[in-house]
Amino acid sequence: MSVSQTDFRAALLDPAKAAPLDLTDADSRPAGRRFDVYRNNVAVSLTEALYTGFPVITKLLGKQNMDGLAGIFLRQHPPSSPLMMHYGAAFPDFLANMEQLAHLGYLADTARLELAIRRAYHAADTDPMPAETLATLAPDQLLAATVTFAPAVQLIRSPWPIHDIWRFNTEPDAPKPRAQAQDVLITRPEFDPIPALLPPGGADWIDALVRGGRIGDAHDAVLANVPDFNLADPLALLLQGNAITSLSTERPPQ
Amino acid sequence: MLDATPKRAPLPNAAGVGYKPQHFEDLIRDPGPVEWLEIHAENYMGDGGRPLAQLRHLSEKFAISVHGVGLSIGSEGPLDADHLARLKHLMGWLNPASFSEHLAWSTHDSAFLNDLLPLPYTQATLTRIADHIDQVQNTVGRQMLLENPSSYLAFSESTMSEPDFLAEIARRTGCGLLLDVNNVFVSATNLNFTPQDYIDAYPVEHVGEIHLGGHDEDTDDHGAPLLIDSHGRAVVDPVWALLDHTLTRTGPKPLLIEWDTDVPDWPVLRAEADRAAQALARVPV
Repeated sequence: MSVSQTDFRAALLDPAKAAPLDLTDADSRPAGRRFDVYRNNVAVSLTEALYTGFPVITKLLGKQNMDGLAGIFLRQHPPSSPLMMHYGAAFPDFLANMEQLAHLGYLADTARLELAIRRAYHAADTDPMPAETLATLAPDQLLAATVTFAPAVQLIRSPWPIHDIWRFNTEPDAPKPRAQAQDVLITRPEFDPIPALLPPGGADWIDALVRGGRIGDAHDAVLANVPDFNLADPLALLLQGNAITSLSTERPPQ
Repeated sequence: MLDATPKRAPLPNAAGVGYKPQHFEDLIRDPGPVEWLEIHAENYMGDGGRPLAQLRHLSEKFAISVHGVGLSIGSEGPLDADHLARLKHLMGWLNPASFSEHLAWSTHDSAFLNDLLPLPYTQATLTRIADHIDQVQNTVGRQMLLENPSSYLAFSESTMSEPDFLAEIARRTGCGLLLDVNNVFVSATNLNFTPQDYIDAYPVEHVGEIHLGGHDEDTDDHGAPLLIDSHGRAVVDPVWALLDHTLTRTGPKPLLIEWDTDVPDWPVLRAEADRAAQALARVPV
């Protein structure tokens, strides 16, 4: 008689199942509550990992609702690796697909923002571009340049005011969220990720640069949709955030 | 095969604590008796940022013990090759004083369950775990220590005692052992044996490190005490007494205080480290 790890795991994640029969106390009686210690350790530790990873979602939903959702999520999506720093990557989509949360449309994108902040926190270290680099470039050289970003840089675009929601739930005295779409740039100047609200067109411009586009071409493309776009604003955010590791002014082959 | 010559200083026979980021400044300013730190390997497998920067800094001031909680040495299936590669990378750049893992499993069918799950002590388990430990030690290129678990239940299929099982693993693989005295106390209470007898039967010649931690108290279906290894409070007096008994057999060893949940302010943890240092000072060398 033996208990396979398949049986153990199935009973671990299903509280309705009895503990496997060959697990006992010291007097060979069924394990009962003793097996529940493991059930509880797994459920509580994974739920706490979600609290830690999604503090704003936990605050928005309340602990009781979060516990209920976490209980469903952790059974559908147990961690796929022992790196708990990455746990919950599937949580935003899970929230988006929960019918009873359909009236809280902003939740999934707010969770995406929290996940992106966590990714930025653990991203590889890089040296930022030297501050004097920009001053050495003529304007036409700058416009022709392409950009390499630090791995910590993250861009989250949403039809919801996710930056306002995030601030309102993490900063004292932050203003109430406005009803508007918001795009957020996350940078990590040193060790703490900073989510910054991008002006209209800013996310399109950065997205084009991430795809390897030149600064001037990306700017012209944005201007076609956002006539008052000024690249100085998102560029300042990138520079303050140590988001650019290098500029390349090499001309692409003709 | 296994390089038995240490290329770095071993852990000192002194007090250490499980490292928590909230104690970073305190440890620099006021380490008290603490000469070494233990980190959970998996928390330092990110690509960069503050965790790695703090670890690099601390490793210049303290001996470091890398304690894995995710390798799932006891898995029925093969070890996770990606995870083993991450471990090798961490051990390579950090070059810590010690590396340890658990006699437990946590991953099955690629799902990581984030707990140290129990194993039956049989010949089949022994063979599997010895193979896994060989693989780990060959990959990482150095000896590992294997830690005894806290047990809440027994497997009716078990055919060996835990000390005998650990002794045989150490003999077959050349691994060392990490003796968690609180785990012995918890298991002894839960499975109704005498903790001193366990220590007396334990292969102390393989011990490279000793753990101490706090536990919670609950009861089972029959009202019997059920202790839970929570690492969320101070070490209780009977465990300190069991430590004294253990140290008379092992001699002085690196002695770690684990406090992982409801982590206290530094002075409280430091006081536990002081008590560990005092226990070590009482051991005849």
